[in-house]
Amino acid sequence: MTSGSAVARLASAALLVLLLFPIFWMLSSSVTPESRLFEARPLLPAALSFAHYRALFDERDFLIPLGNSLVVAAMTTAVVLPVAALCAYALARLRFRGRGLLLALILAVSMFPQISIVPPLYLILRELRLLDTYPGLVLPYVTFSAPLAVWLLTGFFRQLPAELEQAAMVDGASRLRALRDVVVPLAAPGVATAAILTFLYCWNEFLFALSFTLSPDRYTVPVAVTLFRGRYQVPWGQVLAATVVATIPVALLVVAVQRRIVAGLTAGASKG
Amino acid sequence: MAAIRIDGVAKTYPNGHVAIRPLDLAIDAGEFLVLVGPSGCGKSTLLRLLAGLETPTSGRIAIGGVDVTGLPPQARDLAMVFQSYALYPHMSVRGNLAYGLQVRRTDPQVVTRRVAAVAAALDLGDLLDRRPAQLSGGERQRVALGRAMVRQPKAFLLDEPLSNLDPALRAQARAELRRLHRALAVTMVYVTHDQEEAMTLGGRVAVLRDGAIEQVAPPLDVYAEPVNTFVARFIGAPPMNLVPAALLAIDAAPGLLAGVRPQDVALVTSGSLRATVDFVEPRGHDSVVHLRLDSPAADPFLAVVAGAAPPPPGSQVFVRIAPDRLHLFDGRYGVRMKR
Repeated sequence: MTSGSAVARLASAALLVLLLFPIFWMLSSSVTPESRLFEARPLLPAALSFAHYRALFDERDFLIPLGNSLVVAAMTTAVVLPVAALCAYALARLRFRGRGLLLALILAVSMFPQISIVPPLYLILRELRLLDTYPGLVLPYVTFSAPLAVWLLTGFFRQLPAELEQAAMVDGASRLRALRDVVVPLAAPGVATAAILTFLYCWNEFLFALSFTLSPDRYTVPVAVTLFRGRYQVPWGQVLAATVVATIPVALLVVAVQRRIVAGLTAGASKG
Repeated sequence: MAAIRIDGVAKTYPNGHVAIRPLDLAIDAGEFLVLVGPSGCGKSTLLRLLAGLETPTSGRIAIGGVDVTGLPPQARDLAMVFQSYALYPHMSVRGNLAYGLQVRRTDPQVVTRRVAAVAAALDLGDLLDRRPAQLSGGERQRVALGRAMVRQPKAFLLDEPLSNLDPALRAQARAELRRLHRALAVTMVYVTHDQEEAMTLGGRVAVLRDGAIEQVAPPLDVYAEPVNTFVARFIGAPPMNLVPAALLAIDAAPGLLAGVRPQDVALVTSGSLRATVDFVEPRGHDSVVHLRLDSPAADPFLAVVAGAAPPPPGSQVFVRIAPDRLHLFDGRYGVRMKR
């Protein structure tokens, strides 16, 4: 073992500790009774208390915002991916006037400060009677997360050799069929990344969710957790327990999709 | 199997690059036509125009009597073997072979049968469950051919399919390709930059330069009577010698170029045309002798000498050329002159 790699190992270990400590602290705090939360406590909790978690599901009905977040994020991802794939394919492969400008405009959409379009969006959604509904959140989420997905997929599609799709077309596939059978499977790592990022965007989004949902039945996780705070106190134990619960689906998703990414990478290229 | 007609097809890219000048070409059903030329001559573009992967700027293309100019690739019922093979990396060999049939909604039993038949014909039986990444270059090339064969298309388009193989494998694949063409009797259009491949494979050879066809004829005719100096030097190896006709003491109109193939040059001990041996490339059964003529310009001149005893570098030799082996070209445009 050379000293260089030892230093590298030490550095990555230090980075890992730095990154994981807040998560560990979140976990350990969520199982600490409220009364002891603000004491100087040892690194490892002396006794486990699941009171916060119980309160979360018994008093707060945390399953409702959890379900809302899942539905909204899943719906958005399901809409964004096919739309972004089609759009990205056109931008990557087809020659048409104003392609560069269009790509820049798509990116510009996601550059607006969100707060600046909350009022107009609110009015539009009210007219469409979509306030406090799932589509009322999915629509703005699609608008804001699609540009990133389009950019990401455009890059991935461009890297694929055009001859592969051309081979599919000579074989008898239409452009759309070639996109489905050849381009998307080969860009699987890119598609998976786009899916994760879109899902995460929706899962974490706060401002739109706060503005366009009105009843607790429609709150998403970030909104619900924020509104835990009472007038005189913040139930930190429950907030931390809620964040732990909210992290689990995302962690599962990333782990699940990551396997796919690795599987996609083992596929060979066309030339030896 | 179908005839292909190209009428006045031209291709200019949006950036102004002229890839194909208006050209006509008729390819008979079942013919093996080779498009040959240096890189950038438009031969691959012409093939892609046939496949429908590019749209011509003007002109019409008909396959089997049907005008396909406006049809996309999938409606032309052709098969193409790409230089990179373009095998689908995420599918097994079986999947690669079957894809063209599956897309066309062929009965699964028929697909299985045809894939098995092609795999047997190309000796791919043991590889059917492998991915392209797990195959050698020669195996990939066979899968690419198999993918084209399985559908029994109207014509095969082959874009330098042998250029990624090592030389020994290439000669073998060339022989297999000839055998395949005879067995299938299908129209084949084959693109290569290798004149040797063109000579050995083609029923007819079309020599391209700068997006225009210079000559279309059976390979031996192109070799024996090249229409201009470009074709003369491109076909045949080593390339034909071209020197001012006056140097060879031929009574012809001034300004003509005389061409003679290195194989038609004899080195003798006396004569009228003296030369110095520059260096020698032995090739085993013969040697390529690089000469400098005793002329004001010291023109380079090649001779192929049989046997194992070529003249040593620096020695003086005399060049003799049989008059009936001379080609005469116009000095200005390089066009072949009648003799």
